[in-house]
Amino acid sequence: MKYVQGNYPIIQKKAIAENVFSFTVLCPEIAEKACAGQFVHILPEGFSLRRPISIAGIDRKNGTIRIVFVIKHKGTQALADLHQGEYINMIGPLGHGFTLMPNAQHVILVGGGIGVPPMLPLAEYYQEKATVITGFRSFPQIILQEDFEACHAQVICCTEDGSAGAMKGLVTTPLEQLLSEGADAVFACGALPMLKAVASVCQRAEIYCEISLEERMACGVGACLGCACRINRSGNEEFLHVCKDGPVFKAEEVVF
Amino acid sequence: MADLSVDICNIKFKNPIIPASGVFGYGREYEEFYPLSELGGIATKGTTAKKRTGNLSPRIAETTAGMLNSVGLQNPGVDYFIQHELPYLLTKNTVILANIAGSTPEECAEVAEKLDSTDVHMIELNISCPNVKQGGAAFGTSCTMAEQVTSAVRKATAKPLVVKLSPNVTSITEIAKAVEFAGADAVSLINTLLGMRIDIHTKRPVLKNNVGGLSGAGIFPVAVRMVWQTANAVKIPVIGMGGVTSGEDAIELMMAGASAVQVGMAVFTDPYAPVKIIQQMQNFLEENHISSVKEIIGSVQPW
Repeated sequence: MKYVQGNYPIIQKKAIAENVFSFTVLCPEIAEKACAGQFVHILPEGFSLRRPISIAGIDRKNGTIRIVFVIKHKGTQALADLHQGEYINMIGPLGHGFTLMPNAQHVILVGGGIGVPPMLPLAEYYQEKATVITGFRSFPQIILQEDFEACHAQVICCTEDGSAGAMKGLVTTPLEQLLSEGADAVFACGALPMLKAVASVCQRAEIYCEISLEERMACGVGACLGCACRINRSGNEEFLHVCKDGPVFKAEEVVF
Repeated sequence: MADLSVDICNIKFKNPIIPASGVFGYGREYEEFYPLSELGGIATKGTTAKKRTGNLSPRIAETTAGMLNSVGLQNPGVDYFIQHELPYLLTKNTVILANIAGSTPEECAEVAEKLDSTDVHMIELNISCPNVKQGGAAFGTSCTMAEQVTSAVRKATAKPLVVKLSPNVTSITEIAKAVEFAGADAVSLINTLLGMRIDIHTKRPVLKNNVGGLSGAGIFPVAVRMVWQTANAVKIPVIGMGGVTSGEDAIELMMAGASAVQVGMAVFTDPYAPVKIIQQMQNFLEENHISSVKEIIGSVQPW
């Protein structure tokens, strides 16, 4: 039995930015199997569909995972209303995650907005070999900078309005600069226009890139075919599925 | 232990619960949760003659007590199904209903003919998919077309033939009678109700296909009504579905006249829904001293 479903206790809840929450959940059987880039499928009470939320931390020793999510609509609002000590219904770990490259000397992690949290398990793996570029609209949305620093990764923060003393502009500006010095791989998660731009920059620089996609999802396990994405693998464009074939794909395969 | 087994078209089901076509793929994913042998049967993802890519995303929209989908019959085609999925499913000690669809009566017949030479237990002909441009619901909303496509498939196979009906019709009993006349061995209903959601901030429909099929708990009363009307109108067995989320719902649908019950959207809320429903039915029967689930089929006493 590859997947588990259960009600798991929230052992720590923190509000980390405007409408952004971090939960640490005690679920040893999910923590045991989880990999960077995978997600958990969470059922807010009273709703019919689950919400896919990426795993932002894996602590096998303590049997916990961490999720960081933003309130988008009523479902995520219901999750945010849960308190420490209450239980959360999750299926996991689901999906195909990021490739871990033990011999890599320098990797670049690019996260935009609520696409930043899934970069954290990668930063924990690559440590000082990682440079993390995070992009946000403005100061109130900035998250997880100190968590990346605690991984000994180099951290670059961009805001679209230049607030918080961050680099003004998009993540692709520092990315292009870094890529001119070379890198083993780029891993990215964020909004589709950002991913498209990152994929294009990496293609020009001829650097291997993996991106994590998002789509409206039902089953989460590859059965219902709801979360189709256009993928070109070996010359044939086809609909694969974000939940099982992804969420992480090679950037060169994704048809934007 | 109450007896949960039912017989439909001389096929014995160990219990009346069947995950519905489209929610369960070919079973592999859910076998990662529980053994498929616990299920009465499995209705496989709708299969067409050739591979179909399906519709563009988004294909899913949540609704109050349900969801819309517009997957559009994405499937690898019947040859792939027979070669790669069916042999595996047939080892799982559960009844396999191969759901088939097509754009023309000839295509449906071609798929049925290919399945006829396999060991699949039953064929479920989908004349009610709301998400494809040709065939699909167009067959299921006209008595003439429903009869024509059922008749074509009937000639192509000796397997027990279940015809899956659309609720998007003026009179479901007329369609049910037409497919019964054309040789269907059973009917299953209801497929999804055609629906739509719009994002009021972008003025765009949530689904890229604009419209899609509504399923989930919200449609359950419609399913009960249509199963009841249909069971009273035809002599062939009725397999009920539409918004079943609990053992109590399944019992209710069987009282309305269903000989077995398919479970759809509930699987997304809880992958264990089918096996929980089986247990809840068992509990209901025992608490009410009913020795066999067959006793409750059509047992509603209308006013």
